[in-house]
Amino acid sequence: MNKPAAAFCRLKQKPANLPGLFAVFKAALGREWRMQVRRRGDLVNPLVFFALVVVLFPLGISPTEDILAPVAPGVLWVAALLATLMSLDALFRPDLLDGSLEQQLVTGYPLAPLALAKLGVHWLLSSLPLILLSPFLGIMLYLPWEAQGVMMLALLLGSLALSLVGAIGAALTAGVGKSGVLMTLLVLPFYIPVLIFGTGAMQAAISGGSAMAHLSLLGALAALAITLAPWAIAAGLKIAVSGE
Amino acid sequence: MSIAPSPPSILSVRQLSCERDERLLFSGLDFDLYPGELLQLEGPNGVGKTSLMRLLAGFLPASGGRIYWQGKPVEGCWEEMHQALLFIGHLAGIKAELTPLENLHWFAALEGGQEEEDLEEALSRVGLAGFEDQPCQQLSAGQKRRVALARLLFTRRSLWLLDEPFTALDKQGVAAMEHLLVEHAQAGGTVILTSHHALEQLTGLRKIHLGAPQAGVKEAIHE
Amino acid sequence: MWKWLKTLYHRLGSPKWFYQITGSWLPWFAGAAVVFLGVGLVWGLAFAPADYQQGNSFRIIYIHVPAAFLAQSVYIMMAVAGVVLLVWKMKMADVVAQSLAPFGATMTFLALLTGAIWGVPTWGTWWMWDARLTSMLILFFLYLGVIALREALQPQEVAAKACALLAIVGVINIPIIKYSVDWWYTLHQPATFTLTEKPAMPASMWVPLLIMLLGFYALLGWSVILRARAEVLKREYKAGWVKELLQRK
Repeated sequence: MNKPAAAFCRLKQKPANLPGLFAVFKAALGREWRMQVRRRGDLVNPLVFFALVVVLFPLGISPTEDILAPVAPGVLWVAALLATLMSLDALFRPDLLDGSLEQQLVTGYPLAPLALAKLGVHWLLSSLPLILLSPFLGIMLYLPWEAQGVMMLALLLGSLALSLVGAIGAALTAGVGKSGVLMTLLVLPFYIPVLIFGTGAMQAAISGGSAMAHLSLLGALAALAITLAPWAIAAGLKIAVSGE
Repeated sequence: MSIAPSPPSILSVRQLSCERDERLLFSGLDFDLYPGELLQLEGPNGVGKTSLMRLLAGFLPASGGRIYWQGKPVEGCWEEMHQALLFIGHLAGIKAELTPLENLHWFAALEGGQEEEDLEEALSRVGLAGFEDQPCQQLSAGQKRRVALARLLFTRRSLWLLDEPFTALDKQGVAAMEHLLVEHAQAGGTVILTSHHALEQLTGLRKIHLGAPQAGVKEAIHE
Repeated sequence: MWKWLKTLYHRLGSPKWFYQITGSWLPWFAGAAVVFLGVGLVWGLAFAPADYQQGNSFRIIYIHVPAAFLAQSVYIMMAVAGVVLLVWKMKMADVVAQSLAPFGATMTFLALLTGAIWGVPTWGTWWMWDARLTSMLILFFLYLGVIALREALQPQEVAAKACALLAIVGVINIPIIKYSVDWWYTLHQPATFTLTEKPAMPASMWVPLLIMLLGFYALLGWSVILRARAEVLKREYKAGWVKELLQRK
């Protein structure tokens, strides 16, 4: 160091000017985006996992269309459920381990919107690619064309609920070292309604009926999750920090 | 016993006790902290210095007693208190994926933002000139610590809770930090810190010694 | 009455008081459980009339129905205890919640087991994806989740709060899960009639059922108090009154 380090002098102070919650939320979105984009492996691996699980089924059951087509909705949804769960596992743990979670608790702003910013970016970077990947896997499972659109729409709505509910589990298990299996045990039962309505929508579309009822139920689940889950996530994160 | 503290104190603690893992760390802790004060928490390892810090920051619930922020019980005004608080714990809260500059941007954004040049200036003053755009995972432990401490150069928050701020700092860094703390206190700010350093240079340093808890206190809490 | 309840609540909130008060409750709960379960079982198994459709095999409802009922209400109790812990910071609520979980899981398992046994004469198979049984199976996993989370987390205060939160999240989700499973079941055509969905029962059939239910509740009270007392001693082992108590024995 050529300059003496003794120059830890403070910068000229500006008058205090606390930003509004929305400005902080926007800043959090930008920060999360930069962080998550740089962890490329965490983004790609769940997608590969999703594809791999789907590929296992024809190998395990039968490659013929009349056997695969009827189980395609279930297989795709189960794989999507598990892939979402995997991608959420490490959502909060790094933050807990490097102290950023503590810092988020003392910002002077509520924790829920900050966690929501993180989750929103995570959804954009992991659930959206999964939805875009799903038609290709649908083709491989002989999913009829008329069900493809419904599947993507159902995944779009369902993945919101999956992300939000899964994040509660991720918050609760953030302090547990190896939590993959525990997180699965906690969260999968809560995923069952999404699985039922999601596959129901696709089966309705395949059999030529209307998927509207299922889709609106999925929408209701997503709406409910958006209103309630952030508070549970915030509470879970506070509990996790108090355990460090 | 628990008389509400007089108004000018910014942070007061009355009969505070802390229990972790069924072990009583300290109890009956009382102090008032006024603007311009530097307070060092002392005591051997495991006596609850870090727990007290985390308690004051709101991460842990107290097992007994109360904390007052500007005379008000803090349970009702955590947000107000946090807006005036800058906490740096054992873990610096620096994101390894982000560069030092990006890390500072976030902390600055929480206080209404700072000019890019100011943040760069802050980084160069803590000796990180030239490292602004490298991801923090490439920095050494001491350098990461400096990124976190750079926050102290531009923050407008008045109460600093610093848990072992000198860890991983070299001699010059420690001296510079001491200078910074005195400067903050002279400007009317308040600092609570834990440290194993002697801190001879700090004029007007107040010390609180956290000793071994007396036997039988635990019982008194439950009855 | 209200005032009395409030005092009771505050006293039970203190581990020492809880331990002292509940000691005298134990024999009452145990006695009630023995009497109710004894009367209910004998009445239900020997004296209640046989079902016009299922014959004697229906008698398993005298265990299946109370177990299933308890399985659900214990989860709700756990969530209520969770609210008490998180909102009013009453530590005893967690002791109760911790004692409830294994009992609830056992009841769920008992309901599943009796359901499977009942399936043999009714459906000719050990397992049927019946809506009620499926919901019960999911509830079983929910219990396992709460128990596993408590095992995984340290220190105990953190585990307590995390389990409380999980139970609350769970209790909001249970009706949704139940509704979705019912929907799923009707969609995939019920094969035969569902358990417990039958024409109105004569009094000679449902009175013993009610007695069994009371017996199960007494059993719950006894089991939870017993576990909670042991847990209080474990958590308060450093407190003076526990040491005194141990010395006296």
